[in-house]
Amino acid sequence: MAAVVPSSSTPPVAAEPAVPPTLSRRRQLWRRACANRPFMFGLGLLALIVLLALAVPLFYPHDPYAQDLTQRTVPPVWYARGTWEHVLGTDALGRDYLARLLHGGRVSLLISLSVVLISGSIGTTLGVLAGYFSGKVDLGITFLITSFLAMPSILIALVIVSMVGSSLTVVILVLGLLMWIRFAVVTRTATQQIRALDYVAAAQAVGASRWRIVFGEVLPNVMPQVIVVATLEAASAIMVEAALSFLGLGVQPPTPSWGLMIAEARSYMFFSFWLIAIPGISLGLLALAINLVGDGLRDLFAAGSRN
Amino acid sequence: MTRYLLGRIALALMVALAVSALAFLVLRLSGDVAIAIAGEGARDEDLQLIRNTYGLDRPLLVQYATWLWQTLRGDFGSSIYFKVPVSELVLQKLPTTIILGLSSLTFGLLLAVPLGVAAALWRNSWIDRLAMGITVVAQALPTFFVALVLIMVLAVWARWLPVSGSGSWLHFVMPTIALGYYVMPPFMRLIRSNMIEVLSADYVRTARAKGLPASRVIFRHALRNAIVPVVGLAAVQLGFLLGGSVVIESVFALDGLGYLAFRSISYKDFPVLQTIVLLLSVLYVALTTLSDIANVWLDPRLRNA
Repeated sequence: MAAVVPSSSTPPVAAEPAVPPTLSRRRQLWRRACANRPFMFGLGLLALIVLLALAVPLFYPHDPYAQDLTQRTVPPVWYARGTWEHVLGTDALGRDYLARLLHGGRVSLLISLSVVLISGSIGTTLGVLAGYFSGKVDLGITFLITSFLAMPSILIALVIVSMVGSSLTVVILVLGLLMWIRFAVVTRTATQQIRALDYVAAAQAVGASRWRIVFGEVLPNVMPQVIVVATLEAASAIMVEAALSFLGLGVQPPTPSWGLMIAEARSYMFFSFWLIAIPGISLGLLALAINLVGDGLRDLFAAGSRN
Repeated sequence: MTRYLLGRIALALMVALAVSALAFLVLRLSGDVAIAIAGEGARDEDLQLIRNTYGLDRPLLVQYATWLWQTLRGDFGSSIYFKVPVSELVLQKLPTTIILGLSSLTFGLLLAVPLGVAAALWRNSWIDRLAMGITVVAQALPTFFVALVLIMVLAVWARWLPVSGSGSWLHFVMPTIALGYYVMPPFMRLIRSNMIEVLSADYVRTARAKGLPASRVIFRHALRNAIVPVVGLAAVQLGFLLGGSVVIESVFALDGLGYLAFRSISYKDFPVLQTIVLLLSVLYVALTTLSDIANVWLDPRLRNA
């Protein structure tokens, strides 16, 4: 047993086929992505928001929870009474609005990621099972999907959160358990299509087990569609969380959440409209960025599979 | 057709039953109804008494069967907070929510149809890009934020409309816009893609070749076919609108089912909540079933699918 791995054990590069006449798939995808201007705009905007929310609070001097009752509803810097001390002004309790906005952005990002992870796992599992095993399994899962679709999900979420007690964790769990439907619908159809393809038949012929086919052949090939759904569902998770927090049944004060910030500013909106405009526009921009990325990815993957 | 009809109705009934069970379970498992009725810090004897009178100490399955049997007979119990029969309360609020749902749907369609048709006719032009831009932005704006902006602009600054409440048709204008713009994007995308597909179909080319005027080709031949799948989407969206009215009705204090649901949540009024959830689910099932049947009736090709 030689301690040093002989270099000959790595396959020689020359064994690979000669340079392909066309660009590699990844390069092609990237070229097409660059040509898709809405996608690039969404991607840039999303990167900017993520960067701001994650990095700026590290060195921004104001604490999002620190109240200063002598500095209440100071307007943003572009108003005559605004100061550079509080760039986006302060809220009714004198808390720095930019600090709260950035921390609220972190909450939105955290919620969208965790909700999509939970609902994506549930939905993809059910969808792939239904699509691959057909028969009774498919019938049962399709029935579950139809039943869940019929229920007014925002109302159900409100009821559960109000009963269990509202907190960030509860909101994430409830939304995760309610928002899996679109994943299941999309992966079910995709799996049905993939199951009929030659490489699945080839794997079966070679003697691969069912689970090996599901994890090795089906799952990697439904991934592009899962990613597209995940992006679009991330945006709707952010919207639903904002709506729940706005109604007082989501993230609880003093934690900053954009929906909650709008709710807290409602009684001041006649005089300080910017208090609801700033978190509202932020929500819109974040959802816009994510939706553009999702739409762009769908177009890119669709064009990729056609070639 | 009869066989399809019977099968579709049987499926709808099964889904309605499943949904009723799910709704019942969700509400019962998420909290203690007895504590909700008696209030926090109630004495144990009182809780026991309440559990006994409402039958909450019996097995869940028995409770569900009892509740289902009563519901099927039209007995929805009585509201814990309002102290009146739930059926009375719900029937009183339902028209408001249905009017709001239908008016929002109409508003959404009135925007989506011309935009979608124009975008398809002048594909890749500035009109198309503008239409797509509008839908992308509309999808990203939260309804409650748009509602507040509408209140500021139309009620506070322009003073055209009442800020909130219900009573006259004027109270419906802002809720209709705030809900309707949000269902517009899916309609516009569907109409656009259908129109593009239909416009390149053979029968449209034939109609053009015959020398029919462009407007007649577009409206009589193309749009009529492109609009069929919209029926199905409209049913789904109407169901969504009825459920989504919780947020908008609460913002505008519009006295419908959604606002009632929102208040019932804070009063922990279980019988009312259970009935509203069931009613909205059954309405959704009924709407989608009807639209499926309508689609098959409109397009016989689907019958054997």
